[in-house]
Amino acid sequence: MAHKAEFVQGKAALLTADTQAKIDGWVKRFPEDRKRSAVIQSLMAAQEQNGGWLTRELIEAVADYLDLPPVWCAEVASFYSMFDQEPVGRHKVNICTNISCWLNGAESIVAHVENKLGVKLGETTADDRITLIREEECLAACCGAPMMVVDGHYHENLDPAKVDEILDGLD
Amino acid sequence: MSAVTEEQAVEMVNIEVDGTPMQVPKNSMIIEATDKAGINVPRFCYHKKLSIAANCRMCLVDVEKAPKPMPACATPVMEGMKVYTTSRRAIDAQHGVMEFLLINHPLDCPICDQGGECELQDLAMGYGRSVSRFTERKRVVKDKDIGPLVRTDMTRCIHCTRCVRFLDEVAGTCEMGGTGRGDRLEITSSIAGSIDSEMSGNIIDLCPVGALTNRPFRYSARAWELSSRPSTAAHDGLGSGVHYHVRRGKVMRAVPADRERVNETWLSDRDRYSHFGLYANDRVLNPSVKRDGEWVEVTWDEAVDAAAGALGSRGAGEVGVLMSPSAATEDYFLARRLADGLQTPHIDHRARECDFADDGARPALFGASLAEIQGADNILLLGCNARHEAPVLGHRVRQAWRSGATIFAVNPLDWNFHFDLAGKVIAAPQALAGEIAALAAAVAERTGQSLPGHLNVDGATVTDAHRAIAARLGEAENGVVIVGQAAMAMADAARVRQLAAWLAEASGSALDLLPHGANTAGATAAGALPAEGGLNARAMLESPRSAYLLWDIEPTADTFDPAVTMNALAAAEKVVAVTPFAGPALREVADVILPLAPWAETEGSLVNLSGERFDVSPAGKPAGEARPGWKVLRRLGAALGLEGFDHINIDDVRADMNDKLADLRAPLAPVGDLPAPATAAGLWRIGEVPMYAADALCRRSAPLQDSVHAEHGFVGLNPADADALGLVDGGSARVSQGDGSVVLGVRVTGMVPAGAAWVRASTPESAELGPVNGPVQVSRPGGND
Repeated sequence: MAHKAEFVQGKAALLTADTQAKIDGWVKRFPEDRKRSAVIQSLMAAQEQNGGWLTRELIEAVADYLDLPPVWCAEVASFYSMFDQEPVGRHKVNICTNISCWLNGAESIVAHVENKLGVKLGETTADDRITLIREEECLAACCGAPMMVVDGHYHENLDPAKVDEILDGLD
Repeated sequence: MSAVTEEQAVEMVNIEVDGTPMQVPKNSMIIEATDKAGINVPRFCYHKKLSIAANCRMCLVDVEKAPKPMPACATPVMEGMKVYTTSRRAIDAQHGVMEFLLINHPLDCPICDQGGECELQDLAMGYGRSVSRFTERKRVVKDKDIGPLVRTDMTRCIHCTRCVRFLDEVAGTCEMGGTGRGDRLEITSSIAGSIDSEMSGNIIDLCPVGALTNRPFRYSARAWELSSRPSTAAHDGLGSGVHYHVRRGKVMRAVPADRERVNETWLSDRDRYSHFGLYANDRVLNPSVKRDGEWVEVTWDEAVDAAAGALGSRGAGEVGVLMSPSAATEDYFLARRLADGLQTPHIDHRARECDFADDGARPALFGASLAEIQGADNILLLGCNARHEAPVLGHRVRQAWRSGATIFAVNPLDWNFHFDLAGKVIAAPQALAGEIAALAAAVAERTGQSLPGHLNVDGATVTDAHRAIAARLGEAENGVVIVGQAAMAMADAARVRQLAAWLAEASGSALDLLPHGANTAGATAAGALPAEGGLNARAMLESPRSAYLLWDIEPTADTFDPAVTMNALAAAEKVVAVTPFAGPALREVADVILPLAPWAETEGSLVNLSGERFDVSPAGKPAGEARPGWKVLRRLGAALGLEGFDHINIDDVRADMNDKLADLRAPLAPVGDLPAPATAAGLWRIGEVPMYAADALCRRSAPLQDSVHAEHGFVGLNPADADALGLVDGGSARVSQGDGSVVLGVRVTGMVPAGAAWVRASTPESAELGPVNGPVQVSRPGGND
């Protein structure tokens, strides 16, 4: 990348050695001049390092590390619902509300979970245990609708009892 | 470089648009064909100089056999294709798109600066409904502060992404993007803060709505109150086309004029915003003379008499004439005639330079035009920050790089370019010529040529870095060597130029010299150079004259050494200044001030570095009593009783001048011995002239001075030097040259090579110091004083 945004210079140091190693692994999978392809996974690694959410500084750090314009990383971080830019709880729960799940009762699942946890979509429980991710779109598991993703694991064919069991199992 | 471009056979296909058959190049888009044929297809996101996004969908047209309307900007033509741009289906589709675009667009045209010149407004007239069917709330987007030049009203944005694509593709800074998604998508500079591209103002012209508008111009005029006057920008030697928009004689704003061979359709921020300095507080509105140390405004008659009295009746060679490098050719021509009449050979326009050892041997014009630079396969920058010295030149270098050219630099500062360098040598000013000599030696070593004796530099060691550049120079077929303004102002600039000329010759590359100023070619052609036995700009200040005529020169900002200049002017008996602006320094040393109409208010011609001449007409009315240069000189010449100052109008001057202009392509004189390189132990100053301090007008433009590029008040040091001096980043340091010294903030940065101190020229602190490019002492502020 030719022009270097000066305000990100040196921020790569915010990434831990472990995060940097993960990014390096992803960069290797793409042609040398296609570091932009590694942005999603790099941000994932940075998010993991920070307990599940990305700060502005970390997004800039990824840009500096990959030598990309910071706005390219900010675009990706703001586009995907798997990235959070505000503090989150220990567990992230994404309930799909897109068409297949919706037709199969996702709305009642959402209502049940909101009622159970006492928080709305997009909020985190007071004990920092669970964050309900706002408005999740299709997660490609329509055959098992309604479904949700908890900390990256898919749970399909949900009903209130099954949801209770899953959520109660979280520490 | 070959000037002949080979005609490439382009495969054509036959299509039919609205029943008219036409032949168009295969793989071109429908919109290119309709544009060429003058058929109007509405569009927002398509722009001929940007990549195709096809995201606004406004250009939907009806293509026969296609199952749905197709975007004209992204549908390639095919043999036998039939396109209908005004069929029911096309019009319905366009109406539909317009309705969607207006769902979230605020109905605030009466308070929108774009009103009256808005693409959305125009197209809504043609394609919109008079009543909205949408009753829900419109979305509101928070405005972003992207700096002093461009104002945002992001609620108005229709997400065409022209600004994003411009900054990615043309400006190369990638400073804007779209964050969020779906109905939450926002075009934003995101986390960056201000948009710092030196071409950022173009996003205003590109924005089809009022989301991005000209910040300093905002709310000051309506489009229909303005009349547009064509002109040429006068801050670099390229000659960018510009339209000044004028209301009642006052210049309100500037927009680019299409000039494909120079600025295409773009305009640098310097050319766009400099006119905001026109009506600065220290604008000279009336002729004035100094009486008993007090300035008194007088009539033109009295002032001209005073000026003639000050300059006339002196011995031969007593008067020094120092002119701006951005004056009109006619001014140079008449000033030379005036100097001849005053029997002084001492006239020069190169006040920022200090090495003239190669006079007569340096080409006044580019060897490769801007288009040829863009088509080059290798570019070597010597002491050149192309981006800031002449932004359009920087843009062309970037375009060359995008098409695969290799770019190398031998520079005194490691500038942040918008292209990648294939290799670079960053060296302090005192070592730069040696590095270029080493590069020349590497080329000589490779080709078996020998470097002429006078170009040898002791201690030039050839390293692998030099060999790598030399190897590529040898391979390149269309190479260009560019010597930038930074190099042109250096203490051994002549050697750099001669080495550059040798390198270009040896590698079959073209040579482009980029001097300070907008009309150096005109000055050279019209003879604003020392005549036989004349002193150059430096010499006439170092061996002071008894009187000076300063032409649009600010003594502490426009010369190679503010201290030497101020001493010479203070010691002179009389100083006559013809100038649009008079700051305190000029008022201190001058005796007579005559108000000169600056560019945008004056008439005169500019010759750009490709040798193309632009005859410029006034756009705005001269403020106060200011007059065009040729009229001032006519009055002065007449008052001095000289021959040849009886022109009635500018055409008369041109008729007189045109056949007397020197041929700028005449063969160059061989250069004799170059003096030994100046050596001095210790740090050397890199007196980089900031982009927005190039001339008096830029320095007075408030929006430009508010931008990040105008920052000053610091001394930049290499980490090793800072360490040795006990200075830390963010601390302060005393910087001294001769009797002058200032305390500046310290910036420790790897941009600065060891042995150099980066103290910007043409700044308030520089006015207190000595040679802009010379030895400098840096110490701890509490140090030995």
